[in-house]
Amino acid sequence: MSIRHGLLALLERGQMYGYQLRAAFEESTGSTWPLNIGQVYTTLSRLERDGLVRSLPESEAGQRPYEITDAGRTDLALWFATPISRNDRPRDELAIKLALALTTPGVDVRSVVQTQRTATMRTLQELTRLKYSSGSPDDLSWRLVLDAMVFQAEAEVRWLDHCETSLVRHRPPAPGPAPHSEAVGHSGEEARR
Amino acid sequence: MSTTGGRVPASPDQDAASGTPGSATPGPGDGAVLDLRDVHRTHGSGPAAVHALRGVSLHVRPGELVAVMGPSGSGKSTLLTLAGGLDSPTAGEVRVEGQPLHALDRRGLARLRRRRIGYIFQNLNLIGSLTAVENVALPLELDGSGVRQARRLALDALTEVGLTELGDRFPDQLSGGQQQRVAIARALVGQRRLVLADEPTGALDSQTGEAVLRLLRRRVDAGAAGVLVTHEARHAAWADRVLFLRDGVTVDSTAPLAGVEALLSGSGR
Repeated sequence: MSIRHGLLALLERGQMYGYQLRAAFEESTGSTWPLNIGQVYTTLSRLERDGLVRSLPESEAGQRPYEITDAGRTDLALWFATPISRNDRPRDELAIKLALALTTPGVDVRSVVQTQRTATMRTLQELTRLKYSSGSPDDLSWRLVLDAMVFQAEAEVRWLDHCETSLVRHRPPAPGPAPHSEAVGHSGEEARR
Repeated sequence: MSTTGGRVPASPDQDAASGTPGSATPGPGDGAVLDLRDVHRTHGSGPAAVHALRGVSLHVRPGELVAVMGPSGSGKSTLLTLAGGLDSPTAGEVRVEGQPLHALDRRGLARLRRRRIGYIFQNLNLIGSLTAVENVALPLELDGSGVRQARRLALDALTEVGLTELGDRFPDQLSGGQQQRVAIARALVGQRRLVLADEPTGALDSQTGEAVLRLLRRRVDAGAAGVLVTHEARHAAWADRVLFLRDGVTVDSTAPLAGVEALLSGSGR
């Protein structure tokens, strides 16, 4: 996701100036995505350049509010209507790390798995605590953002469990003719049916 | 792992014969409600021996919930049965509130289990011919409480799990989630200081499972010590500390979260 679309969505509620946008952004992401004010203004000036927002005259207090344009609304509607592609997300460093650990001599892969599992479990504990000590249990946006992080952390622990099981069962292929080539061919044939 | 603990009888049936008073050896588990000291449990002997636990130490203090995670066969359920005095270690020592379990005779152990230890199991073991309140009151009555007092405490426990009005129903008149809550009330009734839970959310949907953990968490926050065996990371995350077992040994644990303040402050139920 981009900060761009986040700000557009907030401006769809009504005109706001930079500091209001930052506060609203953090509120709606449960403070899990802190923004600095510089990022907000940089993004606003790009949105204005692209015709998606327009700046309004400064208030007496020197604050310049922004409002969304029709082009901005179209862009926002398109964003909501389009699924997020896996390709747009950052590469999974952990998966790459484990893949490299497997092929790097002298690395104890199970220990890499366990170190990560402990760290992720710890994150999951903190998220759970946050969720249940939250002073605003009725804030649905906040709960859903937290739940997303809980599910991601849980998925990572499950994947690590799976990695460990695979490691335990894994036997490096012996040199020479593959003993299971026939079976592989058979299952391949089944899959084609 | 070295074996520092003394040998203890292999079966609780032999406890009456040993009857040695608890040693006063100070240890890292002082002040702990549950204290496992270098505990080993081996099933069978010779080449066929299965080493379910190979030197596990665990101290659980009042107000602390510890989750135990690990693959099947890692020894997590064995750990729980030893903690609850349902089984005895081959070596090492188990203490509950400072009392070494091996020093108790059979009756003493049974009394400790009834009074101080609450179990929550995946299969609920509710008695079908007794109402909810009778199921909950049963351990107290077995322990010699008067029927009226046992019923009053049982109703308190049912209130704690939000089942005040369903006390007179039989288990088959309750939903799976409600039955699980009755089982929890039975585990929490009276002055139980140690609550042991083995996959307590097993067959429940995620909302009901979460309610179960909330109850467990609340009792621990009120001063009990808890051990939760689970394979679900989401459930283990309710604990203050998570212990990872593999092949009968502890491979890692998460550091305790800062403070053991109520997780649930601000949430209803």
